Amino acid sequence: MALALAPRRSVSRLRQVLTPLVAFLVALIVAGSVLAAMGKSLKIAAEVYIVEPLTSSWGVQEVILKATPLTLIAIGLIFAIRANRWNIGAEGQYVIGGMAGGAVAIATHGMGAPWILPAMLAAGVLAGVAYGALPALLRNRFGISEILSSLMLVYVAELLLDYLVRGPWRDPKAYNFPKSVNFDAAATLGPIAEGLKLHWGVVLALVVVVVAALVLARSLFGFAVSATGEAPRAANFAGFNDRRLTMQVFAISGGLAGLAGVIEVSANIGQLQPSIGQGYGFTAIIVAFLGRLNPMGALVAALALSMLIIGSETAQVMLKLPFDMTRAFMGLLLLCVLAGEALTRFRLVRT
Amino acid sequence: MELAALILATVITAATPLVIAGLGEHVVERSGVLNLGVEGMMIMGAAVGFAGAVLLDSSWTGLVIGALAGMAMAAVFGLFALGLATNQVATGLAITILGLGLAGLIGQPFVGQPRPPLAPLEIPGLVAIPHLGPALFRQDAVVYLSLVLVLAVGWVLNVSRAGLVLRGVGESHVSAHALGLPVLKVRWQAVLFGGLCAGLAGAYLSLVYTRFWSPGMTAGRGWIALALVVFAGGRVWRLMAGAYLFGAILIAQLHAQAGAIGIPSQFLSMLPYLMTIVALIVLSLAGRRGAGAAGSLGQPFVPER
Repeated sequence: MALALAPRRSVSRLRQVLTPLVAFLVALIVAGSVLAAMGKSLKIAAEVYIVEPLTSSWGVQEVILKATPLTLIAIGLIFAIRANRWNIGAEGQYVIGGMAGGAVAIATHGMGAPWILPAMLAAGVLAGVAYGALPALLRNRFGISEILSSLMLVYVAELLLDYLVRGPWRDPKAYNFPKSVNFDAAATLGPIAEGLKLHWGVVLALVVVVVAALVLARSLFGFAVSATGEAPRAANFAGFNDRRLTMQVFAISGGLAGLAGVIEVSANIGQLQPSIGQGYGFTAIIVAFLGRLNPMGALVAALALSMLIIGSETAQVMLKLPFDMTRAFMGLLLLCVLAGEALTRFRLVRT
Repeated sequence: MELAALILATVITAATPLVIAGLGEHVVERSGVLNLGVEGMMIMGAAVGFAGAVLLDSSWTGLVIGALAGMAMAAVFGLFALGLATNQVATGLAITILGLGLAGLIGQPFVGQPRPPLAPLEIPGLVAIPHLGPALFRQDAVVYLSLVLVLAVGWVLNVSRAGLVLRGVGESHVSAHALGLPVLKVRWQAVLFGGLCAGLAGAYLSLVYTRFWSPGMTAGRGWIALALVVFAGGRVWRLMAGAYLFGAILIAQLHAQAGAIGIPSQFLSMLPYLMTIVALIVLSLAGRRGAGAAGSLGQPFVPER
């Protein structure tokens, strides 16, 4: 007996919504079995990864904070993936955005003017757009796979940041530590209210979610994106310019990754250091798929993955589990989500 | 050995994993499948191969185990991308992320443990050639294996009937299926071969090239191997030439860092990644844009029933 795929004629709305949830559960069950086989306590694991981040006020805020860059980057990636363009270099665009915003903060150190923060955000977005446009340009002009070029540029961005904070941008008073000066208050994206850790970047991310959902569902551009992804020839006949669209989706995803970078640097890290990303750019790819390429879905998916990332920080101490465990789980989760998507389109039949 | 010969010998060692992994992916892409999981399969080969070599105290066994680990990851890829017809790009990325995570877990207890080098194999007679002889003909057996592999893959793909079938499946899976060729079976074989090669390449990195395990040690080599396949445009000899060019860049970069020539080390470390892009631009300017890619590359195949 062998199994084969047969297309489904229609897919119910319920199945579409349940698929990512089931995929998430299956991934949790597999990961749980692995943990149990490793002799770890599942009770403590559930406590650390799920209960603790969701019950303490500290934990909930941290979950929202980490979900912010993930959501922003994933929203941008949704535009690209829907158009069947593969920007897997969001991590690089995030780093460049943080770097450009940080450059403004360092250059204006001690000035304390009100325009500094808007200038930082603008610099971060523009730098992300420019860096994201590179793979699109290479694809349009030279026919180079955007997958490879965007990924290669991640390494370049990380090395550039490393050079800057060890070289020209190093704080001379930092005892040779590779870090820039601490940003002024004027260069810091502050909390929404006194005593909260949540900052204005969170609000910005929510606005982006709503705008993106509207653009994708209601605008001609949103239609062009989906049409190009699903039926490139038809989209071409409809007059949508393939190359311009490539440039646009890369600019959007680069810009949002850059925005995420500058928000993270300004609101959370407060300085530039050799490593400002935590692989957000790669995790966001999983967020985008788990959210079914839908902005609202991505928001929920980002919160779910953020919870696990927070949990993994505690798990390193409590369960002696390295961050690699979380990374492996992310890969497993993406596989489960893809399998779930396949099983909404096809059913397995005996042959 | 004199300095130039010594450098040449290290270039060959640096290029060998790229040759092997690139050849594997070359076969995969000829069959019409794009497996972006090379980096993940490679690092699994590096970690599992190293662990196996330490536990069984044999680098040779480690190389075999590493190759099998890469093949196991490829089997996971096949299960999803071929069995369930999932998106190949996303599935490959998942394999890379999964591989990086698993390899980190598996390699953790082995960080910092050294391995002895593989004994070099001298080719009698040829090794006596002045200057070049010791560099080219006193290498480890895997280097020779990689060269045999280049010839074998080139022959199978271009001359044998099996190669014709494989290329046919890659060029148009619809036509191949109509002709009664077993599309999915051929693709499964290609994907597993690709994983075997990537795993062996990874194990070679940790067991022969660096001779220790460190997390993330493949450092994008899997992606460079993918770029080499594009660069090769369907010809194995060009893939090999590209791999040796990159081996030379990797080694030149190391020497420049050690030699303190005044360029910050970070810029030198960028070279392999920037050169990948430059190589693809040059290829495009030479007028061979997209030449040689299989017609059905990256498209999932679900047989009509």
